[in-house]
Amino acid sequence: MLSNLGNSILFLCVILSLSIIYFANQSLKTPEGKISKIIYQFSLVQSCLIIVCFFTLIAAFIVSDFSLITVYQNSHTSKPILYKISGTWGNHEGSLLLWAIILTIFSFLFLVYNNNHPKKFRLLTLIVQNILILGFLFFILFNSNPFSSLVPAPNEGLGLNPILQDPALAIHPPLLYIGFVGSSIYFSAAIASLISNYSSNSFSLSIKNWVLVSWCFQSLGILVGSIWAYYELGWGGFWFWDPVENASLLPWFAMTALFHSLIVFERRNIFYFWVIILCLMTFILSVMGTFLVRSGILNSVHTFASDPSRGLYILSFLSLMIFGSIFLLFKKYKTENYNLNQNSKETFILINNWFMMFYLVTVLLGTIYPIFTDAITNNQISVGPPFYNTIIIPIVVFFLLFMAVGPRVKWIKNKFEDLKIYIFILIGSLLINFLITYFLESYSILSNLIIISALFLISSSLVDGIKELKKNRLDYARIISHASFGFLVLFIGLNDIFSIEKDYNIKLGETKKFENYSIKFQTLDLKEFSNYKAVVGELEVLNTDTNKKNILNPEIRIYDNPQTLTYEASIKSNFLRDYYLTMSNIDRSDYYNIKFQRKPLMIWIWISVVMIVIGGFLRIFTNAKSN
Amino acid sequence: MKFKLFLILFVLYSQSIFSEEKKIDPNSIHKNLRCLVCQGQTISDSNSDFAQTIKLVVKDLINEGKTEEEIYSFMSDKYGEWIVFKPELNMHNSLLWILPYIALIFGGFFIFGLIKKRQ
Amino acid sequence: MQKATKVLIILFLIFVISIFYISLNRDTSYNTSSLINKELPEFEISFFNEKKFYKNNDLKKNNYTLINFWASWCAPCRTEHPILMKLSQEKNLKIFGVNFKDKKIHADQFLKELGNPYAFIGKDINGKQSVRFGIYGIPESILINKNLLIMKKFVGPLSSDDLSQIVEIIN
Repeated sequence: MLSNLGNSILFLCVILSLSIIYFANQSLKTPEGKISKIIYQFSLVQSCLIIVCFFTLIAAFIVSDFSLITVYQNSHTSKPILYKISGTWGNHEGSLLLWAIILTIFSFLFLVYNNNHPKKFRLLTLIVQNILILGFLFFILFNSNPFSSLVPAPNEGLGLNPILQDPALAIHPPLLYIGFVGSSIYFSAAIASLISNYSSNSFSLSIKNWVLVSWCFQSLGILVGSIWAYYELGWGGFWFWDPVENASLLPWFAMTALFHSLIVFERRNIFYFWVIILCLMTFILSVMGTFLVRSGILNSVHTFASDPSRGLYILSFLSLMIFGSIFLLFKKYKTENYNLNQNSKETFILINNWFMMFYLVTVLLGTIYPIFTDAITNNQISVGPPFYNTIIIPIVVFFLLFMAVGPRVKWIKNKFEDLKIYIFILIGSLLINFLITYFLESYSILSNLIIISALFLISSSLVDGIKELKKNRLDYARIISHASFGFLVLFIGLNDIFSIEKDYNIKLGETKKFENYSIKFQTLDLKEFSNYKAVVGELEVLNTDTNKKNILNPEIRIYDNPQTLTYEASIKSNFLRDYYLTMSNIDRSDYYNIKFQRKPLMIWIWISVVMIVIGGFLRIFTNAKSN
Repeated sequence: MKFKLFLILFVLYSQSIFSEEKKIDPNSIHKNLRCLVCQGQTISDSNSDFAQTIKLVVKDLINEGKTEEEIYSFMSDKYGEWIVFKPELNMHNSLLWILPYIALIFGGFFIFGLIKKRQ
Repeated sequence: MQKATKVLIILFLIFVISIFYISLNRDTSYNTSSLINKELPEFEISFFNEKKFYKNNDLKKNNYTLINFWASWCAPCRTEHPILMKLSQEKNLKIFGVNFKDKKIHADQFLKELGNPYAFIGKDINGKQSVRFGIYGIPESILINKNLLIMKKFVGPLSSDDLSQIVEIIN
């Protein structure tokens, strides 16, 4: 029953999309006047219907309607209700429906909120966006239909992978999708702007908040994903440079470059084509990321059930998008007349873009290079963290320095009047860094440079803030985001340098000692829970310097549906450090392998990212106020 | 005055930088090796049987006095380049290592060109 | 923009997309086929029953040797065992069994139950020796010739297809 309902709604959505395209096209013929009401109404109905459609699927998951293949493959009656619901978008088919929803709602909102832009531009945006919507609806209907039915309906489902049954992972996909699917709207707007020759700087007003919204959610999505990886995967890291993670980072770089150059475009009316290229690139990278993840051509930690036919569909769609954009861009491209001074805000924002493109190229290359070597030379290689760290980290030092100086530079032509302040800030940073390295004993030159430049960025942002506050022109958004980015790099740097990691094979009752810690394996219990059994260890971590004890309880869980073994890390965190302990059994022996980690300032890494995003949201609010 | 301050800082730094002698940390090697039987995990992160064995072998190799690079080439000799997360700089990986820098330099020239046009 | 730049950009994109297309239908799972045609590495595997070691030279006497890594706790090893038994009839081939991370009593029991196809047996108690051969999960088998060149590698249990392939190579 739900299957028929879902399918008919999807079908209705297709018809609505087609009619919106038709009406919008009709309306294009009369260049004057307002957009007719019927288009608004259709767009609204379309948004509501797709939401109803999504709720239909959620309902199927809640009542465990196993006559739907998707529900059968990803749910189980014994699952807690929250994970039944989040299971809706925790799989390929359901997550595509989430794509379609975001495409549709953004389409409607963009139509409503851009009254003061040319009619032709708005209609064309609507048409392009609806073509995207159609593309995804067809994909859903004919290849990855969440409403495909199974006859006869089984009595029980296969269950959801237990490591995906997690609150962070329940909200991770929606956040991330608002980010990179949200970028579709400025893809459409960019195409529309090219076709309708709407190239004045008022174009930037129509998209800048959308860019910021998608950027904020993308950042939050990445953050939640990292937090999940940190406590759930049990490796103690939060970023692995895994292909799937990289796929979410690529559009983020493009977005960051985009909203910075939008500032220049709005103010000086230059870089129009660069802005357009970034708009197009962001969404193209998002779809490409989806292609890489869903087609299974990459070997990754985060597996999605893969299937070449899906890959083929997304690849065709991607090619159409790429060549369509390129064709249009080539046709409309005109050389612009720049008027740049080397010491001006424009140039510094260009430098930001320069670095962003460098990061983007590096990460993109690292992600897809193994595909190329395998296809061309039959040689399989792995590109992992050491590659990215070697290439990216030294460059980050320069990036932070430019980032510190850039915002203080004036438009058009700047003179550095306050060179003294910079020298003071630099000496201050050197001193603080010296204290850190002296008392905590670290020795790598590169990590010293990273910490110095991060401190330099933080202090110059703060000095900036104080100056602006005196003039009563404080730009909260930028100060918060930039300073927090400095803090983020600082904390990641300190965390990396001062982490302790120890690996032992230990028997019940044994004690292991190292540095100023001793770890005692006290007890081992078997506990039964509703959908899993757990072997719970109790280990006492004693800091012999302070004589403080911490009890950590790592678990080995055995889930029933589906049968899976997972290792649960035990984490004790406070504002200074996290203790992180995982335990695993060693086959055919009574030893357990434990891995103890002390990770300093972990919590501050998360807080910094949240602060960066808060800066983004503040910017959206100040924009909304000034409009 | 400033110069002196820098000099003092520099001397203190160089002490903290060069005083530590280099020891090979097995864990940093484990982090750069791929667990072949897992999905994209490193040897360090994996609990698998294979990872345990590799850890033993790495320990032996360190005791034999092998350098980090020698251990990686031993491993890629046995299991192919796939096992090391840091691709070697050789013929077919040269583009991977060089292209990011080419992009960086190209971008720099591009910006430089834009600024110069005006003058 | 110059025409040449445009053409270059388009050609580049076509290249990238076609590589993606080709890769779609490729098998991404990993194998150690790169080792084929290389010489067998130096090894030192202790006898199953005595305190002696098998070394590379011991295998030069045989026309062909199949090095088989097995253990009593490994279920797929059971499924491939009948194939090993058949191969042990071949005159041109000797099978060198390496008992992998196993207890001797269990291994003896295993051979008693299913038969002993091995011309000689060694043991690798902690798995260290197997790393020299590029083994990452058992069962795995390596076929080598008189000059200790690796002819073929089999990851996972031997199938009857593998059996006929081996017979073809050695005769």
